[in-house]
Amino acid sequence: MNLMEKSIEELHELLMKKEITSDDLVTESLKKSHEVQDKYNAFVTIMDGSKGIESTSELLSGIPYGLKDNFSTKDVLTTGSSNTLKDYVPFFDATIVEKLKDKGAIFTNKTVLDEFGMGATGTTGHTGSVKNPWDPSRMCAGSSAGSACAVCAGVYPYAIGSDTGDSVRKPAAYCGIVGYKPTYGMISRYGLFPFASSLDTVGVLTRSVKDAAIVVDGIKGIDSKDMTSWDSSKIELFNSIDGNIEGSKLCYIEELCDIKNYPNPNDELVSHLKNFNEVLDKIKGLGIEVEKVSVDKKLIDSIASVYVVISNAEATSNLSNMTGIVFGPRENSEKYIDMIKDYRTKNFSPLIKRRFVIGSYVLQAENKDAYFFNAQRVRRLLVDEWNKLFEKYDGVILPVGSGPAKKLEGSRNFLDENTVALEEHLQVGNFGGFPSITIPDGFVSGLPVGLNITGKCYDDAKVLNIAYAIEDLLGYRGQIAKEVDND
Amino acid sequence: MTKYKALISLEMHCEISKTKSKVFSGARNAYSTKSNVNVRPLDMAFPGTLPVLNKEALKKALTASIILNCKQPEYIYFERKNYYYPDLPKGYQITQETKPAPVGIYGLMKYECNEEEKSVRINNIHLEEDSASLDHLSDVSLIDYNRSGVPLLELVTEPDFRSSDEAVAFLEEMRRIYQYADISDADSKKGHIRCDVNVSIMDEELDESNPDNWGTKVETKNVNSFNAVKNVIDYEIKRQIELKESGKYDEMMQQTRRWDDLEGKTKFMRSKVDAIDYKYFIEPNIPKFKLSKEWLDEIRNSIPMLPSERIEKYVEEYGLKLYDAKVLVKEKAISDYFESVLSFGIEPKEAVNWITTIVIGSINKLEIPIEEFFITPDILAKIIALVLEDKISKNQAKNALYDAVEQKKNPLDLIAESGMEQIKDEDALMNLVKEVLDEHPKEVEDYVVKGLTNVANFFLGQVMKKSQGKANPAKAMELVKSLLDEKK
Repeated sequence: MNLMEKSIEELHELLMKKEITSDDLVTESLKKSHEVQDKYNAFVTIMDGSKGIESTSELLSGIPYGLKDNFSTKDVLTTGSSNTLKDYVPFFDATIVEKLKDKGAIFTNKTVLDEFGMGATGTTGHTGSVKNPWDPSRMCAGSSAGSACAVCAGVYPYAIGSDTGDSVRKPAAYCGIVGYKPTYGMISRYGLFPFASSLDTVGVLTRSVKDAAIVVDGIKGIDSKDMTSWDSSKIELFNSIDGNIEGSKLCYIEELCDIKNYPNPNDELVSHLKNFNEVLDKIKGLGIEVEKVSVDKKLIDSIASVYVVISNAEATSNLSNMTGIVFGPRENSEKYIDMIKDYRTKNFSPLIKRRFVIGSYVLQAENKDAYFFNAQRVRRLLVDEWNKLFEKYDGVILPVGSGPAKKLEGSRNFLDENTVALEEHLQVGNFGGFPSITIPDGFVSGLPVGLNITGKCYDDAKVLNIAYAIEDLLGYRGQIAKEVDND
Repeated sequence: MTKYKALISLEMHCEISKTKSKVFSGARNAYSTKSNVNVRPLDMAFPGTLPVLNKEALKKALTASIILNCKQPEYIYFERKNYYYPDLPKGYQITQETKPAPVGIYGLMKYECNEEEKSVRINNIHLEEDSASLDHLSDVSLIDYNRSGVPLLELVTEPDFRSSDEAVAFLEEMRRIYQYADISDADSKKGHIRCDVNVSIMDEELDESNPDNWGTKVETKNVNSFNAVKNVIDYEIKRQIELKESGKYDEMMQQTRRWDDLEGKTKFMRSKVDAIDYKYFIEPNIPKFKLSKEWLDEIRNSIPMLPSERIEKYVEEYGLKLYDAKVLVKEKAISDYFESVLSFGIEPKEAVNWITTIVIGSINKLEIPIEEFFITPDILAKIIALVLEDKISKNQAKNALYDAVEQKKNPLDLIAESGMEQIKDEDALMNLVKEVLDEHPKEVEDYVVKGLTNVANFFLGQVMKKSQGKANPAKAMELVKSLLDEKK
């Protein structure tokens, strides 16, 4: 077994016993990075020449990790996977990068994302599509595509991602790994290139729930540079995981999980939901209650549009600093407005431009109430609805997506109208800032699928503990991608 | 203007210059002639930077809100005003709109114009960030980010001014308040103050409380001095009346204009139809937070003495004339100078005469602010003390001060150098007088025998000459007369 396929705890133990060195790990991670890059195109930058360190008692010390390329890294190219910043080398580190550096963690590459985190396919980055290591004809989902790809391919035990709608939790499901988005504000966003600030959350991709807890323990904390961060010093995620979840209560939403709600379902959807329902039955054996609840279908069906309106509106504004004047390749036009227009027209991908148009449209004075303010109102209704569930339940458990990873080609119609809500419901986690974790729960067509558990704000420890117990039960911990042949 | 009256409102932008750092970044908030020295990554909108609210700036904004008798909001929010311009690196300005409430709404402010008390309603006052400044050269434009993110207060009045005099009197009062409340130096020369001026006219006899009777609002943007504000208002009133008179007023669109200082005219910029949609929404990076009553009380109690209160104190406690009190208080720095002189033990009534005449005269002549006046309060206090102690005459003191200003020297040194300090010692003076009398027997005889008493002035002149001006003239005369009388 390759070292980089081990868990953080295992690697730490080996380092402490001096059976391996941090250099061994870095060397292997870099080597693996090149293999994965050649096969799956997961990285913007590979940090060739990186060295290990003298590791300390810190769990993350001396261990390589991957960093999504929308985190500002001092003196290291940071592109947001966008042509607008294709040569941008920041002069400051994101807070989480500083924290990981302080703990002795070493990033061995910077991973591809959908341009500025906007996209769910991993295909819109300026360096091209990221392929799924389980089946290179399929996508990893996005936007943390490269991070998920590399973790499931065994490049390192964890990678940092960011999650605005489901950008950590969806790729995790498609890659058969763990994707954890903590409560909003638990981790500083300073240095994260913004997409939609009220939804953006730093998240982590790992191969086990415990590793996710270890990493977030290492990067969370109040930051004087981010006013939305809060003091979580009393929360110790890793130490809270004991696997004892007796008496816990989960619920699942009938409108999303019952196959009867989907006219003409395809085979993958049928298998995915069947598998999920079987998993629910198994979970009941853990001595916890799992109950079916009903949520107004109209409300559920509004999730995707609420997300589009709010995230695009904020994105339009957040990315208005992209003018090519202060940074980025400046255009040479006579007038400043043409300078800005040319830069943006040339360098943003069509998908992003479409989002800017939508964002701009919904904020226009004559449309604002019908779209933006209404979206805010429905966001509030959805959050209230979920919070009502959290009064009775420790978490909501739901299947992620409508099946395994989609095909890269010929999946243009994958946004089947009937399954939109199933594809997009994780966005509620961002609407409410809820802690939310995806873990693998089985296979469909030989490819991994996942389930998600979302709990109430600040209840991260409980959510992780439940996920850990289920992970234990299902046995997909530490899973590494194996190419399958479906054709 | 007999048939018409003008409705004028102001949007006054004043930089808060009295905080250490900018409103959302840690960069120094200071005026600098050197470009791009007070800049942090946020001020240039590097990706991933986030705003962090400066509590001190908010405190100063709330101070202004309280002074303007505004209502303070329950929660503090900020909003984004989105537009593209090279001086706005983020592509949006973090500001406050009226909904949700900014730091202050619906206030009322009293001010004095031509000896009459007036009042103006304040629509709102809000805290925002300034943009970078642009320097347009012949072939390029330069951006200076020093100003980017400097805290800015925007105060919006209702259209309660009827003349340019009223508008300017209000602005002057506001400038004083910002200075006295330690909010800002409010120095136009440093670009601290900028105004947008709204003018419309309506028929004199119509009821102005009914907005239906109002004329078409014309806004003139970025008026950078009070003098220009006056010119804009006078020009617009004249221009709009001419349109009325020529029957073209109804064709005039609601519009934004700019002031051309060289031509002394306002010029059309854009009509209301082309108004920019700023697509406001709540700034998500600054969570809303509740304003505590305790903090507001603390701010209210810490407001320093304002100009009107100082005037009252000077008149009632110090017994100064109202006119003098107003002269002193007109500029905070002068009032502070006055109070500083008092702190060296000089009586207010003594100090005021020196300051309102020589000091103010000198700084006006030198065209410098009083803070840069090298005759500092302690020096002035020492000179006044010398006069009060009869060590030098009032005239000598005045001359020394004027000479000092002229020669840029410390007046105390001039006094010492010229040996101006008087010989008051009786024995020394007596010897001098005796010497003079001995040297002029003929004149002594004129006085003693012929009774020519005005010869005494001759002797005084000789004494002064001999003492090189150091003799106390009154004392010397006393001695001259008594010695001569003895010889009778």
